[in-house]
Amino acid sequence: MPPGNRPSERHRVRSVPPAEPAARASGERGEPALEARGVSVRFGGVAALTDVSLAAHPGQVTGLIGPNGAGKTTLFNVITGLQRPDHGRVTIAGRDVTGLGPHRRARLGLARTFQRLELFGTLSAAENVRVGLEARGSRRSTAGARSGLPSGAAALLERVGVPGAPDAPAASLPTGSARLVELARALAIDPGVLLLDEPCSGLDDHETAALGKLLGELASEGRAVLLVEHDMDLVLQICDLVYVLDFGEIIASGTPDQVRNDPAVQSAYLGRVERSDERAGPVSP
Amino acid sequence: MNVFLSYTVIGVTLGAIYAITATGLVVTYTTTGVFNFAHGAVGMVAAFSFYQLWQAWHWPLLVALAVVLLVEAPILAVLVETVLMRRLHGASTERSLMVTLGLLVILVGLATAVWNPLTSRTVPPFFGTDSVRVLGVYVSAQQILTVVVVVLMAVALRWFFRTFRVGVAMRAVVDDPDLVAMAGAKPYRVAQMGWMLGFFLAALAGCLLAPTVATTGLNISQLTLLVVNGYAAAVVGRLRSVPLTVVGGIVLGLVTEYCVGYLPTAHLSQNLIAVIPEVVPVIFLFVVLLVIPAARLVAAGRLPRHAAPRVPGPARSWVGAAVLVLLAVAVSPLLGGIALATVATGLALGIVGVSLVLLTGYAGQVSLCQLTFLGVGAFTMGKISGGGGWLGLVAAVGVSGAVGALVALPTLRLRGLYLALATLAFGEAAYYAFFSNPSFFPGYGGNITVRRLALPGAQSVGDRVELVEIAVALALCAVAVLAVRRSRFGRRLVALNDSPAAFATLGMNARAVKVAVFALSAAMAGLGGCLYAGEQGAISANDVLFFSSLTLLLFVAIWGMRTVTGGILGGLTAAALPVAATHLPHALTDLSGLVAGVGIVLLSRNPDGVLGLPALTGLLRRTWGAAPSGDATGEPALGATQGAVGAAG
Ligand SMILES: Nc1ncnc2c1ncn2[C@@H]1O[C@H](COP(=O)(O)OP(=O)(O)OP(=O)(O)O)[C@@H](O)[C@H]1O
Ligand SMILES: [Mg+2]
Repeated sequence: MPPGNRPSERHRVRSVPPAEPAARASGERGEPALEARGVSVRFGGVAALTDVSLAAHPGQVTGLIGPNGAGKTTLFNVITGLQRPDHGRVTIAGRDVTGLGPHRRARLGLARTFQRLELFGTLSAAENVRVGLEARGSRRSTAGARSGLPSGAAALLERVGVPGAPDAPAASLPTGSARLVELARALAIDPGVLLLDEPCSGLDDHETAALGKLLGELASEGRAVLLVEHDMDLVLQICDLVYVLDFGEIIASGTPDQVRNDPAVQSAYLGRVERSDERAGPVSP
Repeated sequence: MNVFLSYTVIGVTLGAIYAITATGLVVTYTTTGVFNFAHGAVGMVAAFSFYQLWQAWHWPLLVALAVVLLVEAPILAVLVETVLMRRLHGASTERSLMVTLGLLVILVGLATAVWNPLTSRTVPPFFGTDSVRVLGVYVSAQQILTVVVVVLMAVALRWFFRTFRVGVAMRAVVDDPDLVAMAGAKPYRVAQMGWMLGFFLAALAGCLLAPTVATTGLNISQLTLLVVNGYAAAVVGRLRSVPLTVVGGIVLGLVTEYCVGYLPTAHLSQNLIAVIPEVVPVIFLFVVLLVIPAARLVAAGRLPRHAAPRVPGPARSWVGAAVLVLLAVAVSPLLGGIALATVATGLALGIVGVSLVLLTGYAGQVSLCQLTFLGVGAFTMGKISGGGGWLGLVAAVGVSGAVGALVALPTLRLRGLYLALATLAFGEAAYYAFFSNPSFFPGYGGNITVRRLALPGAQSVGDRVELVEIAVALALCAVAVLAVRRSRFGRRLVALNDSPAAFATLGMNARAVKVAVFALSAAMAGLGGCLYAGEQGAISANDVLFFSSLTLLLFVAIWGMRTVTGGILGGLTAAALPVAATHLPHALTDLSGLVAGVGIVLLSRNPDGVLGLPALTGLLRRTWGAAPSGDATGEPALGATQGAVGAAG
């Protein structure tokens, strides 16, 4: 953000140093499965990310929240290699991947879903997952394949809770189911790090709760889950650690309780949470 | 020194025209997101209209120029924008690309109808043949004018883009149309301006070019293919930057002229020297393609709105193949003479059509030189024991596949559009440097004889047997393409086409898949070439014309790009229409082009073409009940009716 763009934000003080997230109450952490350090991205005049650092640990669900346009999706793109950062580094399981292309990173066990759906619309739901399963088959097994997941497409779809026929063309699925298919496809490569970009938009309360439970299970299998979500209740409920991004900067991080009571977070969010779902879903014709 | 300066003057002038063409391409592309393949065709129409007004009807020069540049070009642009382009909003690159290709063949078809290509037309320099002596070389008034125009254009564009609201908005569209929409500029106004500016620049280049080709006269296809040179220049600016594009144009002009002037002609064959102006831009282009940075993968959030036609399972594809062969057996005794030859040629082209289904229909990669691969295959076959042998067939398939991989390699890092353009450029270079080159294609008419594929135990292959032979080959190709589509590799092709971003983030290497499918498709086209040339008895440059590749591609798209049936019918149509045109009045000489262009434009909203029309699929479903078996390969494109049809296989 160029200085002066938003006078009210200029002198804001970070509540918590972002590079040292509060440790989870339950105790010790090893090496992070995913780490971003000092990442900055500019789009012309817009500073989408400024010196962002964040870490996600195996066995934890890490939340990333922030108002619309905060830079969450851009950070996901940087992590997965779809966006080259102007500054900063990304490491996966200790290995620096900043110079690697997206497919090389995926082979290290990094998977994601997309806020704006990126399904293979020509294929059926089951085939979407199958492409993922076949992609896993063609790579060397990642550091500690995690198991706990079914190995068939139909079973994976069932695990994430896609209702109905797995043979339906993906292009005809409602948004909620389509998101779950993307999740199943991402799980198909048995990732050690899973990035989810607003997986709950388009889901009803019941489905959201089921997904929250699933994410907890995935983490307990030893994966690092990084969740971008506007559904604050869910985030505060299932995340072990939450980062708050606003105008491209981490303004707070900590346990859900710490974040909830943070004045900077409250001011950033005041009256802005409601707009959450506007940009979700496939671009309508 | 004087010689050097003379070449420099000619080079700069030529480069200035390239620069104007290229800038027009860039302006349209950046403002509308559509790469206008018809850009050169617009310049061609302008040049011919200019000739008509100024030379044929003796209008004053300035009036003629004004009418062409300020009336004809903008009107054409607005027409194209409102009638063709606006309805494509949000369509895939590949589809908008098809529509501009359709526009190209329509313009060429109309020009052929209006201006008989057999008449010679020349346009003199605008202000006589006056010239001034500068540093010992003569510089003509026309050359000075051209350079002044390009400088004015650069300055004016810069001013326009910086000053006016719409200019600023036009720059923004480049990066993100959604952002412009949010910021309140009306995208269609911006697009309209983009098209008008682009057409104006195309027309300007056409008019300036007209006097420079005075020795050969105005030539429809030559002017149309100016888009290749313009593209080579525009790639220097990565299809975005106007200043770099202008520089690219001038450099390209200079390089071309210096090659003409200074290449060690003693070491080159006479035949190659003659085509330097055509070949240098293509080499320039491939070199630039190799050095420009890779494209970024964008997660665009696209979901195709049309569900794909269902893919027949193994049983149904074999039944379809059997039906096709039986049809050929049944029909062959009924046909004779031209009809028999046309069907045989059509089935051979059907093999190429099916290769396009694999490449373009499934994988979404556009090839504009598929007949070049056909030619490479046929040439290889002909060179090995005069054609007809099975060894030649195998070699032909291998060689054309390898050539296909080589063409695809430089563009792998880039977006699909660059591949399409590279194939166009490659096809042109191959046409001039190889197929028209008497060193490779000696003799009268530059033919290489290719005999029919010999059958074991048979002395010779008769006309009817040959028809069945080709039908069998086509049926096998269709079965193979369907098997590929159902395989793991086929799923990857489709996945890569649907979402390159998701494809990569699953850990798959897009480049390997792209080069594999391109090689496979080219190899199949080469196989088609063996049978095609066997049927014709020979292969020559006339079989590998860019326009034929293009109309074949469009016919396949018209019938249905995503079904092998569409590929087969596309091949048959491409063979039948030129034969039909010989019975029609002169104005319809280019019947194929007109039908292909109008057809693709009419069907631009239906990605699955005629076979995917809801009326047709509905009819087929009613006729065949729940389990349709359809025609040749038993896949009547049912899936196009949204979502209703699910289960594949
Ligand atoms: N390709 C791009 N070109 C230009 N600007 C971009 C681009 N991508 C994102 N931006 C801008 O960067 C900023 C961050 O966008 P981003 O999509 O990362 O936000 P987000 O936090 O994911 O928002 P949302 O909650 O709405 O999804 C925004 O101002 C956006 O307009
Ligand atoms: Mg986002």
